[in-house]
Amino acid sequence: MQKARNLLLQAAIVGLVLLALYALAGIVAAKMRGLGVEPGFGFLAQRAGFDIGDTLIDFDAADSYGRAFVVGLLNTVAVALVAIVASVLLGGALGLGQLARNRLLARLCEAYVELFRNVPLLLQVLIVYVLLIGRLPLPHEAWHVFGDWGPDVWLSKSGLALPWPIWGEGGLMLERPVLGRFTFSGGAMLSPEFMAVASALTLFTAAYIAEVVRGSVQSVSQRQTEAALALGLSDAQTLRFVVVPQALRSMIPPLANQLLNLIKNSSLAVAVGYPDLVAVADTTLNQSGHAVECIAIIMAVYLTLSLLTAALMGGWHARLLRQQGGH
Amino acid sequence: MGAAMKRYLTPGNAVLGALLLWAAWHLFDWAIVQAVFRPDVAACHALEGRGACWGVVAEKYRVIFFGRYPFEEQWRPLLATALMLVMLGLSVSRPFRNRRILVLWGAGLAIFLLLMKGGLFGLANVDTPRWGGLPLTLILTVFGLAGAFPLAVLLALGRNGRLPVVRSVCAVFIEIVRGVPLVAVLFMAAFLFPLFLPQGWDFPALLRVLVGIVLFAGAYLAEVIRGGLLAIPRGQTEAAQALGLSYWQMQVRVILPQALRQVLPALMNSAIALFKDTSLVIIVGLFELTGALGLAVDGDPKWRAFALDGYLFIALIYWIGCFALSRYSRTLERAT
Repeated sequence: MQKARNLLLQAAIVGLVLLALYALAGIVAAKMRGLGVEPGFGFLAQRAGFDIGDTLIDFDAADSYGRAFVVGLLNTVAVALVAIVASVLLGGALGLGQLARNRLLARLCEAYVELFRNVPLLLQVLIVYVLLIGRLPLPHEAWHVFGDWGPDVWLSKSGLALPWPIWGEGGLMLERPVLGRFTFSGGAMLSPEFMAVASALTLFTAAYIAEVVRGSVQSVSQRQTEAALALGLSDAQTLRFVVVPQALRSMIPPLANQLLNLIKNSSLAVAVGYPDLVAVADTTLNQSGHAVECIAIIMAVYLTLSLLTAALMGGWHARLLRQQGGH
Repeated sequence: MGAAMKRYLTPGNAVLGALLLWAAWHLFDWAIVQAVFRPDVAACHALEGRGACWGVVAEKYRVIFFGRYPFEEQWRPLLATALMLVMLGLSVSRPFRNRRILVLWGAGLAIFLLLMKGGLFGLANVDTPRWGGLPLTLILTVFGLAGAFPLAVLLALGRNGRLPVVRSVCAVFIEIVRGVPLVAVLFMAAFLFPLFLPQGWDFPALLRVLVGIVLFAGAYLAEVIRGGLLAIPRGQTEAAQALGLSYWQMQVRVILPQALRQVLPALMNSAIALFKDTSLVIIVGLFELTGALGLAVDGDPKWRAFALDGYLFIALIYWIGCFALSRYSRTLERAT
């Protein structure tokens, strides 16, 4: 009796979900046609007609919407990768710093975490952006970041100009940025938008990663440290060979979570006009009217990126557990 | 000199301390000593960055706090915001740790909406597109949580339940929502929901965004609550069933109260996260606290140069709110 009722209930739910999806699809398609937009992904082949400021591959207004989405995706991946590396380094240092025997240093790291965790990321992106735009000098008065003897890195309103490896006649060589009439050419140029998004993502996520690292290290028994020190290992050796390997086990799952958040949060780039996937989709959506398709692309891409990251981190975790013979 | 003092007085600490003092002095000098507090744009420009220009807040505070709400009526959002803060304060006080809290919030939110919307008792009608600033931040957070919570309980029970179809529907919903950024959900609310509705139907943007926030927060809260459900020993379920309780009686009277108590700190963290996340609604054109500041300075060339000072002021408001909530969450953690 109970079983039959459950079966019926489930069948009804499946039916309702399918019916709702079918009705929605009908309504949406009718509305889109009413607005003169033919549903489907065919529009991706059409001419985009807008320019993109930051591009890793060649792009101009004559290229297709599809290529614009690829440019956006590459930008999302670029800013996320830079922020992932930087925030893991900064967060790791802050997390260990919070546990330093030096109380002043520990307090300072705690203060950092409390400061950056409790302010919305969007606000941090905007603050960094306004700072960069407002306080940096014009290109011809650019700051020579490392002085005259270091690598040729220039910081100005048009961004961070740095040397970049290229294939020249003599194989791989570094191309240096050179100040032209208005701005720098040659080398690579990181736009203020890119720097604002990457550094705000780094500062914000580092605070969370610091907490993950602190929690995991604290979960390693104090006796392990004492035993290692008793064996004559130095502080650094204890950390490197005893504490960190054990802490990594409990650290990886929450760390993976923070990296997933970082990737999703990179979508805030749209607020300062860095042309990431969401910004490109936003422009395309407003211009072409293909809202359903654009949002479907955004969701599919982020779901794929999330699954990829989760799989990579999960694989690392599993390998680590196997190596350490853990359970 | 005590041993503790000696440990502090190392050369490293001396350098670190000196650096800290230097930074603290410069911050104090910039934020207080040199700063201009009057709404005097000429004085602010004369600073040339040596001090903060809090004058931008003094000049624009009405727009920052209330957005585009009609100027003469701004006592209403002020009163409504004060009411909300009082209710939040009362909720953590002892006399309201029972069912009375539901009555308090039911009545409080009704009065809040009446004050904001008007149209009754001689209050002029103010439509939702003109709502903004701090009250809008509070609406999105509080109403978002209030709507997300029941949804989250249902999703958590569904995903933990015994019906395979319900389990998979809930799991798919939760994982999809958690896998995409809030910006994508807000885009859906702004651009897709109008397409979903039959011809001729329309909802104000605020309501659509609120639905989006409820769905988004619901998925995150559901996973938190599910964690609590999984931590309840099987014996509790078996005992409840042996007593002859129905499924819903068992969940409401036995399982959920224990599960929710266990995950209270995590629920608070989700609430704090949502409070911060509401700032994103500017991307779909609602002017809560962050957006209202943009509204105040971007359109005014005289003050545009001092957007930074304005953003820092807003950051301070968010910081105080989040810090207070996280401290309260920590006392709860100790109490349970």
